[in-house]
Amino acid sequence: MVNLYNIRLLSPEIILVMVALMLLLLDLMVRRKEIIAYAGLAGVFISAYVNFRLVALGWSDTSLVGMFMFDGYANFFKLIFYINLALTILISLRYTVIERGALGAYYSLLFFATAGMMLMAGATDLITLYMGLELMALSTYVLAGIIRKELRSSEAAIKYFFLGAFSSAILLYGISLSYGLTGSTNLKEIAAALYKLNLIDNPITVLGLIFFIVAFGFKIALVPFHMWAPDVYEGAPTPVTAFMSIGPKAAGFAVMGRVLFEAFGSLQAEWSYILMVLAVLTMATGSIIALAQTNIKRMLAYSSIAHAGYALLGIIAGTDGGLSSMMNYMFIYIFMNIGAFAIVIMLRSEGVKGENLEDYAGLAKSHPVTSALMLVFMFSLAGIPPTAGFIAKFYVFVEAVRADNVTLVVIAVLFSMVSAFFYLRVVVYMYMKEPKEEAVVTTSVPMSIALAITTVMILFIGVYPFYLLSFVKQSILG
Amino acid sequence: MSVPQFFFGYFAVMLIGLSIMVVTRKNPVHSVILMLVLFVHIAGVYLFLNAEFLAAIQIIIYAGAILVMFLFVIMLLDLKKEVTERRFLKPWPLGLVVAGTFMVFITAVLGKLTVFPEPGKYSIDRIQAEGMMMTIGKVLYTEYLLPFEIASLILLVAIIGAIVLAKKRLE
Repeated sequence: MVNLYNIRLLSPEIILVMVALMLLLLDLMVRRKEIIAYAGLAGVFISAYVNFRLVALGWSDTSLVGMFMFDGYANFFKLIFYINLALTILISLRYTVIERGALGAYYSLLFFATAGMMLMAGATDLITLYMGLELMALSTYVLAGIIRKELRSSEAAIKYFFLGAFSSAILLYGISLSYGLTGSTNLKEIAAALYKLNLIDNPITVLGLIFFIVAFGFKIALVPFHMWAPDVYEGAPTPVTAFMSIGPKAAGFAVMGRVLFEAFGSLQAEWSYILMVLAVLTMATGSIIALAQTNIKRMLAYSSIAHAGYALLGIIAGTDGGLSSMMNYMFIYIFMNIGAFAIVIMLRSEGVKGENLEDYAGLAKSHPVTSALMLVFMFSLAGIPPTAGFIAKFYVFVEAVRADNVTLVVIAVLFSMVSAFFYLRVVVYMYMKEPKEEAVVTTSVPMSIALAITTVMILFIGVYPFYLLSFVKQSILG
Repeated sequence: MSVPQFFFGYFAVMLIGLSIMVVTRKNPVHSVILMLVLFVHIAGVYLFLNAEFLAAIQIIIYAGAILVMFLFVIMLLDLKKEVTERRFLKPWPLGLVVAGTFMVFITAVLGKLTVFPEPGKYSIDRIQAEGMMMTIGKVLYTEYLLPFEIASLILLVAIIGAIVLAKKRLE
């Protein structure tokens, strides 16, 4: 039954929600709007600290009648969401369009979305999972359309909303099918009932499984459920794009891992086959269409589609090692993606929007540091050693080979080489082309801090991956 | 055909027919009125499943509140223009084919539903002894407390979102 001990395990989420509400009020009270962002950052640290203390106390339990699990797996993803939130706040601080707009609401929606993701990561019941997903999704729809006077932003919000609602309906259909079969929405009980009632070969179980994969595929933008991603990533304000390209994706991977491993573990052959097809399609479409993009936000959107394909290899492997390589991938992915988007934000100014590839021509001559950072992020996204991107891809491929998916790995490596072309093209533009007009780079202290953190983490993990790897291994065990 | 089968058949046919009509009408007002009839029929299905509380909620919230929202939206539309415009996108036959295939597939698969899970702890007898509202209330505030609270957050986010997106002028 519900008691205080159980509710304590939810305190990180409760603190995040409280901070979100306080930020809304703070917007009305303070004149200097940066204070809201700094208060938000403090809130992230308090919530993360409380979470850390709970982990240190060694409490690992299902709280609230099996609705929510406080375990290493969930906590690892929560760490991803905290870092994502903190870095997003840092890179939004100087984003003028948002600065002029509804600032308190902007930051509090970021917090609500993060709380939703954290609930998803810990959900052990399909109802909690769905509710967390909706909380996350609804907040991100609004965030995508927060610049109302820009048509692209509103279009992004509406597209995201419609396709998101569609995927929610599919998820609910999947939940209702598996509930109808097994009589439970709890992941463990579903797994038990599948055995007990001998439902593993039943086509309806597979149909329910397909619905789950489709619904989660929408959230992590797997091909052919990726249609929304390029338009939404391009139209949304850049800090929001950075936030969306990591948070909902990592949350989608978290729930996919948990649902497939815990509830449908007995159908591993089926789902790994379905995911294999999707992974190949995703890597191919993401890498090949990205070649044709001239808008850097669109290019990063297709790149993030391709990255979802690589990370999926970890789940397809179907082992604990595979799962941890996927977690590892997601962790590294935060730093390289936020870093790349931070550079896009820095280049944004009134005349040059910093979103076209042309705007990067000759950047190295006028802004050597900015170009060098972009070089690191692009190398990391392409997966070139000694950056963290290489480590991420390497361990996913190793686990896939261990699970005898050699063909899949060969395909992945091939598309990885294709994708190197469009990442390195940015570098070519920066270093080997003549500048057309003087690029204006706006820097600020928070932005520099964000860039410093991302660059240091990329290089550090790239050179010493063992700390991260042992950390992931520990989290998956307990 | 037994009486329950007859009733279920009636509701099933009406639900599908009405849904198709809601989508295909040219005049949005007609669509909304048909939707009202549709919602009442859904309430009928709930009654049929011994869920009288859900049926009442269906009528109050969907047929009452949500339909009024729809009518408000329709008042903002240019009805005369709306009636003359094409209802569907050009490639609608393709959509029909996809939907049709999907339906055949689902029907074929659902026919395989031969195993039934053990009945849960909330049997019809227990609910009738305890009272529908009492049972729902108890479950909602114990077992499903967390999702219930998250739902309140979702509503809050919806309110914030509506204000952010619809506020007249941002200073």
